[in-house]
Amino acid sequence: MAPILAISGITKQYGGLVAVNDVSFDVEEGEILSVIGPNGAGKSTLFKLIASFVKPTRGEVRFRGERISGLAPHTVARKGVVRTFQETTIFKGMTARDSVIIAHHLRSKAGLAGFYLGTAAARRDEATFGRSADEILEFLGLRAAANEIASNLPQGSLRALGVAIGLAANPKILLLDEPFAGMNHDETRRAVEMTRAVRDRGVTLLLVEHDMAAVMKISDRIVVINFGAKIAEGTPAEIQKNEKVIEAYLGVEDETIGV
Amino acid sequence: MTRPARLATLAIFLLAVFVAVPFVIGLTGRTDFYYTLSSVALLAIASGGVWLTFYIGRINIGQGAYALMGGYVSAILVVRCGFSFWISLPLAGAFCAAASVLIGLPILRLRGVYFAMVTLVLTEVVRLLAMALSITNGAKGMVSIPSPGPISLFGLTIVPSFDRFAERNEAFYYLSVTIMCLCFAALYRLVNSRVGRLFVALQQNEELASSMGLNVPALRVLAYSISSFFGGIGGAIFVAIAQSIYPSSFTVADSVNFMLNCFLGGLGYVFGPMLGTLVLYFGWDLLFQAGQYQLLIYSGVMIALMLILPNGLLSIRPMSWRKRGRPLVWRRS
Repeated sequence: MAPILAISGITKQYGGLVAVNDVSFDVEEGEILSVIGPNGAGKSTLFKLIASFVKPTRGEVRFRGERISGLAPHTVARKGVVRTFQETTIFKGMTARDSVIIAHHLRSKAGLAGFYLGTAAARRDEATFGRSADEILEFLGLRAAANEIASNLPQGSLRALGVAIGLAANPKILLLDEPFAGMNHDETRRAVEMTRAVRDRGVTLLLVEHDMAAVMKISDRIVVINFGAKIAEGTPAEIQKNEKVIEAYLGVEDETIGV
Repeated sequence: MTRPARLATLAIFLLAVFVAVPFVIGLTGRTDFYYTLSSVALLAIASGGVWLTFYIGRINIGQGAYALMGGYVSAILVVRCGFSFWISLPLAGAFCAAASVLIGLPILRLRGVYFAMVTLVLTEVVRLLAMALSITNGAKGMVSIPSPGPISLFGLTIVPSFDRFAERNEAFYYLSVTIMCLCFAALYRLVNSRVGRLFVALQQNEELASSMGLNVPALRVLAYSISSFFGGIGGAIFVAIAQSIYPSSFTVADSVNFMLNCFLGGLGYVFGPMLGTLVLYFGWDLLFQAGQYQLLIYSGVMIALMLILPNGLLSIRPMSWRKRGRPLVWRRS
């Protein structure tokens, strides 16, 4: 089967600094693929490149065979490639439910003028969005938080809200930005379960993550990058045994502590 | 507020504007107030536009540019092309909206103080343009602009020519407040529809909004062009009242005042700019007694108000009203 997302030779240069260097890999439909790497390896830049929030210097990203790099972020989202943000990027003054309803906008059948005039199609859309938002909030365990102002929510709920907002846009592939960062063991376990449940809804997942343990548990495949370049790709078991990966994660540290 | 309460408030407001004010003016014979209150209504329309740009998270100090532009477009159409004022009015608004799309596309990419600085320059640019062009008659301005003529539909005169009114300013008062009510009704509907919630989404986080597929640049330009439409309409009627327009008819100081009207009334409330304009306009005039201290007291009071009531005058409301109020508080980005 053709991959849902094909990243080929993608490169991003900021002046003399090469943040991402000639990275290629495919994401298959229905899998959970994680991109990992040490701090400063270029994970975040790669993430922005895929979601088209940053234009590549060279190379391209194809979604179901169609080139998406260089398109505006909202156009890419419309096609079904939706990214989430870390918990600081939310609509602070809105309730969780309102944020999720807004995020349904892509699915609307009525135009802006229709919403302004309150046509029948617009009212149907509003009702559909409301029901769907309630379903998504329930699914992610946010029902109790639905009518809270987002800025009052605890960190864990904010992460879930980020995923809820992403799901509302009806993605084919959802890009998660460090979904387990800063979580304790228990929170991570719940977030891992939630991530699996999202995949079971038929959404392909691409994670950029730091937390090795969680990544090993959840991923079908893992891509490892270091200094902007891909150094390994494979199943969690293969990655754990990979010499280059061990060196990248442990080698430098060994030297500094003099082992 | 509940629906009946809202309707009652609306009815009281309309009665006050269309019945009570003319009655009191007729009783006291202070017909000069027709002119003053027309000015307040027109400035409120322009401020309402500025308020909408605040609503998408942009500080707009350039509404004077569009008021001036609208005024000139109407004046040129009436004087040089022989158009009726009534046709020139929507055309002036449309011209400003179209111009603001071209201007807005590049400058709306800027945020915070950078956008504010560019809009501040905009008023000056339009003023200098009016000085330089021949169609605007340069620094001499355009004078003796004819009053609005009659509106007839199927041979039936709906609005008589403004020259036939005994009190010309009374006719302009009704015109100004009617247009103001229409503009604010349109604005209220906008903010309370889904379009308004999309604007709030832009105000709160443009990146997140684009991640969910909202066409952020297009929505920003939409809000800005509606804002400029209001500016153009306000300016065009102003010129019709004054029957003249000069490059200095709207200056940077006016642009700043439009913004202050919004701050004073409250950025979270659609009707904030209306109240803000009224209070600021009369506040300034009342302070005239203070002579040389007028500006000192005025700016001191403004600073104090912003510190004590950061969400504007309309944030002082009975608790029962506040419960159903929008949770939105304008956030500096």
